[in-house]
Amino acid sequence: MAGIEAPGGPLGELAREPAGYRWLRTAGWGFARVFSVLALALAWELAARSGAFTPYMLPALSAVLERIWTDLLTGDLLLNTGVTLYRALTGFLVGAIAGIALGMGISRNRLVNWFFDPIISVGFPMPKIAFLPVVILWLGVYDISKITMIAVESVFPVVTATVVGIRGVERELLWSARNMGAGDRELLWQIALPAALPQIMTGLQVALPIALIVAIVTEMFMGGYGLGGAMNTASRFADSRGVFAGIVEIAVIGYALVKGMMLVRRRLLLWHQEAVAPSTV
Amino acid sequence: MSDRGAGMTAALPRYLPLLLLALAWEVGARSGLISTLALPPLSTVGAAWIELVKDGELVSNGAASLWRAGAGLFLAIVIGAALGIFMAWWRPVNVLLSPLVEMFYPMPKSALIPVTVLWLGFGNGSKILLIFLGCMLPVTIGAFNGARSSEQVLVWSARSMGASRLRMLWDVVVPSAMPELLNGIRTALALSFILLVSSELIAAREGLGYLIGFLGASGTYDAMFAVVLTVALLGFIADRAYLVLMQRMLRWQE
Repeated sequence: MAGIEAPGGPLGELAREPAGYRWLRTAGWGFARVFSVLALALAWELAARSGAFTPYMLPALSAVLERIWTDLLTGDLLLNTGVTLYRALTGFLVGAIAGIALGMGISRNRLVNWFFDPIISVGFPMPKIAFLPVVILWLGVYDISKITMIAVESVFPVVTATVVGIRGVERELLWSARNMGAGDRELLWQIALPAALPQIMTGLQVALPIALIVAIVTEMFMGGYGLGGAMNTASRFADSRGVFAGIVEIAVIGYALVKGMMLVRRRLLLWHQEAVAPSTV
Repeated sequence: MSDRGAGMTAALPRYLPLLLLALAWEVGARSGLISTLALPPLSTVGAAWIELVKDGELVSNGAASLWRAGAGLFLAIVIGAALGIFMAWWRPVNVLLSPLVEMFYPMPKSALIPVTVLWLGFGNGSKILLIFLGCMLPVTIGAFNGARSSEQVLVWSARSMGASRLRMLWDVVVPSAMPELLNGIRTALALSFILLVSSELIAAREGLGYLIGFLGASGTYDAMFAVVLTVALLGFIADRAYLVLMQRMLRWQE
């Protein structure tokens, strides 16, 4: 087990909410947040209209929003968003379930640990996206190859987080459960797994943005439906409004998913100390 | 020397499963159990790798890729760290920038690939810009969290000893930001490889990602596997080398 390290591994930083907004909220600096975002939007619009950039290099924000609106009316936006979300979330779910199961196996069974520990610790820092053409060669260019690629990329942070989480469960908890007559199975499901949940959630929070990144890349590479595919088509036809519309759409979806995951975490860990006292000071 | 010998013999059984996988690959492909079209034998892949090195293909494309990743990452580290430390050090900067950081942080950075191409074309510039933009925020957030958590006692005592604000920034805030900053850079390093390969697969005329796509499209799968394994190995080596460097840089903390 020695090889598996750090809750989030190299991508651990992604899971953490940037600390330091707390005072912003409490001190009533809400307007400052809106101000910066509005200022950026205004700067974009003005820069595009000033003529310093061609509309091809930088279409105006209003033109991009108009484009998003027409995409919404024709139904393209919903279709592409749905397809991308379906792929990203299915792959993420497969990766999450496989990752938690494998993590449990690694911490419970010596043979599983012996076999998978070196594979996980060598595989985690590798850019698995390089295997995309191999996956296409094996599974074709449709959903299954995209979902496989997404699942493979998301499984690693979840496995390592699960292993580290279960390993870090306090001994006193396990001892007292054992003392009260808990069997091996109960020990794992009722004690170790819930106690490791904060770590596992961190792993899932690392995996989700990766799932989205990979979903977009696979769609760009293979084309077809989906937000990445739509951006690919737009850039091929030199339709820069379409490209920028894609960026805005993808950014909104990424923001919503990451925020949603934080809500899920807060909900699932209501009973945990971290819900009461902020873990980072 | 004897220490290293002991380490080697301990590492062998540990990495045995990887060797078994490699063996299963070779046997599976050779025995005809798996079509060699889908999976060329490992030995053939090795031969193709040597060919690629000999004709310079791997070296020239590898150099292009490493230059892009290195330049993008360097910019991300320098600008990202400076930004994070200034955000922690001077409140107005924080007020202005943290909403933007919070907004752009969760964005799947691969969405920027077509825009960088639109701005800078298929060459080095678009890859460097993409890696810079994609890797900057993890560094910024690491530096920010680290600098914010610099111990008040240290800040007070430095101030009471008459340190100027700038002096304090350099002597107290930056060193205490180091551990978190270095962790942020590790995240950025992993991301840089993902973005590099993705962008080269999608829109490039040279580089390892381009080579993978090109060889795959032309059906020379043994060479394609050779390049894929090279990229994966480079990512692994970069991470491990960085870990060693990081431990060395943090030694003063103990």
